[in-house]
Amino acid sequence: MATVELSFSALPVHVRTARLIVTAVARRSGVDEAIMDEVRLAVGEACSRAVEAHRLHCPDEPVQLELTEAANRFQVIVSDSVPADDAAGEPPSAPGPDDGLELALAGDADLGLAVIAGLADDVEFSNSPKGVQIRMSWPAEHPAAPAN
Amino acid sequence: MDLKVNDYTTDDGLTVITVEGEIDVYTAPKLREKLIDLVNKGKFHLLVDMEKVEFLDSTGLGVLVGGLKRVRAHDGSLELVCTQERILKIFRITGLTKVFGIHKTIAEAEEKRKGAK
Repeated sequence: MATVELSFSALPVHVRTARLIVTAVARRSGVDEAIMDEVRLAVGEACSRAVEAHRLHCPDEPVQLELTEAANRFQVIVSDSVPADDAAGEPPSAPGPDDGLELALAGDADLGLAVIAGLADDVEFSNSPKGVQIRMSWPAEHPAAPAN
Repeated sequence: MDLKVNDYTTDDGLTVITVEGEIDVYTAPKLREKLIDLVNKGKFHLLVDMEKVEFLDSTGLGVLVGGLKRVRAHDGSLELVCTQERILKIFRITGLTKVFGIHKTIAEAEEKRKGAK
C-alpha cells in the first residue's frame, strides 16, 4: 500500500519538488543517509524522463509518483501516461554502466536510464497500454520513530 | 536553488565557467545557453568549475556533452574541475570520465594546459 502518492504537472520545475518530497519520505522510512543522494538522483531522473515524455505527447496529463515502505524496502514508482511505443518505438531498458558513454557520444542519449540503472538498488522498467512505469527500491532497515 | 553561471577568460585563453547550484532539467538550459554563447564568441577552450554544484542529473551531463561536441568542432576543449564524490560518481556511472578531463583545481587544469602546449 502506498504511503505517499503524488501527482504533479509535467513541468521541469516540479521535478525538483518531487525530489524534495522523496528525500523527506525516504528519510522518514529509514533509508540510510549514505544513499540518500542516490535515491534523490535516481527518482529525479525517472521524473525528468516522465516529464519530458508528457511534454511531447500529453502535456496536460500529470506524472504519478508512489512512495511505499514495506518489508524493509523503500519503493518508488514513477508512472507516465505515454506508452513506450508512442514515445520511442521500444520499451525502455536498463543500460549497463558504460552504455551512457556510447549513448552520449552517439548524440541520442538517454543518460537518465543509465543513471537510474547505476544508482537504484533494485530497478524494473515496465510498459503497458497506459504508459511506462519505473519501479525502484532501496533498503530501509531502520524506520524513524513515528512523529507525535 | 537557482543556478548561477559566471565566466572569465585567462591571459592564456582558457575560459573558466563557474557554476553554482543545482543543474537539472529545470536549470540546465541556462548552462546550455552559456556554453553556446561562449562558442559563438570564439571561446573554444572551456573549463567548467563544478566545485559549487550541489546537484547534477543527466540533463546536465547532456549539456556538458553537447558543449564538448561544439568546442571539438573548432579543435577546442571542454574540461572540468570537480572533487565532489557525489558528482564524480555520476560521471563514472555513465562512463563519461573517459570523455572529460577532470581536474582537482583550476590551477591544475591551467598547468596541464601549459604543459600540453
